[in-house]
Amino acid sequence: MTATVPETGTKYDKLIKPDRVHGSLYTDPGIFAEELARIWYRTWVYVGHESEVPQPGDYVRKSIGPQDLVMTRDRDGQVHLLLNRCAHRANLVCEDQRGNSNSFRCPYHGWTYRNNGDLLGYPYNKGYGGKGKLELTMGRVPRMASYRGFVFGSFAEDGPSLEEHLGPAAGEIDRLCRLSPEGEVELNAGWLKHRTRANWKLLAENETDGYHPQFVHGSIFSVTGSPIGALYSDHSTAVTRNLGNGHSENDLRPEFRKFGEPMRWFGTTEERVPEYVAKMRALHGPEAEQILIEGAPHVMIFPNLFIAEIQVFVIQPLSAGECVQHATAVQLKGAPELNRRMVSQSIGSVGPAGMLLADDTEMYERNQRGVEQLRPEWLDVRRGLDRERVDERGLTIGTATDETGMRGFWAHYKKLMEDGK
Amino acid sequence: MTAVVGTEPDLRQIEQFLFREARYADEHDYDAWEALWTDDALYWVPAGDDTSDPVAVVSVVYDNRNRISTRLKQLRTGKRYSQSPPSNLRRVISNVEVLGTEGEDTVVAANFVLVESRVRGMQVWAGRTTYRLRVVDGELKLAYKKVALVNADQPLPTMAFLI
Repeated sequence: MTATVPETGTKYDKLIKPDRVHGSLYTDPGIFAEELARIWYRTWVYVGHESEVPQPGDYVRKSIGPQDLVMTRDRDGQVHLLLNRCAHRANLVCEDQRGNSNSFRCPYHGWTYRNNGDLLGYPYNKGYGGKGKLELTMGRVPRMASYRGFVFGSFAEDGPSLEEHLGPAAGEIDRLCRLSPEGEVELNAGWLKHRTRANWKLLAENETDGYHPQFVHGSIFSVTGSPIGALYSDHSTAVTRNLGNGHSENDLRPEFRKFGEPMRWFGTTEERVPEYVAKMRALHGPEAEQILIEGAPHVMIFPNLFIAEIQVFVIQPLSAGECVQHATAVQLKGAPELNRRMVSQSIGSVGPAGMLLADDTEMYERNQRGVEQLRPEWLDVRRGLDRERVDERGLTIGTATDETGMRGFWAHYKKLMEDGK
Repeated sequence: MTAVVGTEPDLRQIEQFLFREARYADEHDYDAWEALWTDDALYWVPAGDDTSDPVAVVSVVYDNRNRISTRLKQLRTGKRYSQSPPSNLRRVISNVEVLGTEGEDTVVAANFVLVESRVRGMQVWAGRTTYRLRVVDGELKLAYKKVALVNADQPLPTMAFLI
């Protein structure tokens, strides 16, 4: 059910205004098809983490939207992003979700591939003029790049580098890694896969929406006495920042600095995690206090990677009205005291039964039904538009509850959808 | 009404207990459901294809007694939107087998099929549940419930009700 499109201007000019966006952006299958071509099969998209394939021969199934990928590590340690498709008759080459193998064998006619995608062999090879005659390989995602172990893929042969795409958002990944006494994050605690009957953009917009937590999550905040709600109140000193290229964050550091308590960001005190705090102080000296007080980032990296302090989410769109949220607990290398707590807290909070995310997902699904209603056609994103400021880095910021992040998302979305490259 | 049982419950008593637990969950009778648990309760719904270590790998649910209490308190607020309005639920428990004993607990397994109706549509849930039951002061109690969903390795829709 698609609402009527207004009549003047270019297509995305008509649908995306500085203070509102049109409902059809969430429901129109034609727009979803254009998003696949212009966003998901072009720009940098987060795929997986190097720690998911730690050893040579390791592989794990991943995705870019509906595309079925295999992330592998070859015998030289190089990570590859292969499309799960045989070069012969297009059968799926890899059926297991993860494993260790230096080669893949297509079950249909027995073609085999090295784990870098090269064709190793094909049975009854005289039919092709003998051994080693075919130039075929498995499909490869044309560009792959890694930042601090976070592996991204791009289907565009050329374009901005990953560093250019990430821009200031890279600093937020740095901030997460810095919380590890070894400077490294691992994503090896498994994944919760949450099927969501809503458009992927409702999720991307919500990730740094500081306006909703008090309402959607009031039930869990009230029964646990959680201080999280206050971070997103009208009195909060936290800011919402547009990081450019569609990325945005809720910068909670001003609130944590106000209290100046190490580990408050993690909902605990330093006495509860003494070994971790000692390791960090030994490593960073006086700078450790700032790191331990400011904590982890809350950043949405366009279009599909959301780092929510101690969780990582990956958004996988499947159609205009359906997506999958993949969620896991951050694991900090060298911080066993924190890692077990992060697994436990993540189980409580996220996934299909999570005491936070089940309610977010309920909102996404109700929102999807709401946006199918014909009037008033538009979704409003003007909150805080007239009180935005530019910070010392030249980035636009709003208050904790302003829709600054959403406006940044839509500006970049519009650019990608319009220039068609 | 709870029948007083000996230290070794028979299959009939076990089945009656499982059916009652299922009915409380289906009917969102949170107080009655919570009262079935022992103090060292564990309520576990594994996720994915690796369920080796619930302390190191994420699960859909991995609740100790304290977290069961928090989960139910949240449901009772009426503002747990993923269960407000609550799902309409009915489940069938079958293939009940007593697997043996572990300490003072009787280990029981059963299959289930559960139909959930919400505005979102009908959802069928199915799997095998392992229970550990214990007689406490002459009453059967639930010490452990592990629900292995047949589709645990697939993306799951929201499952905010008691499974």
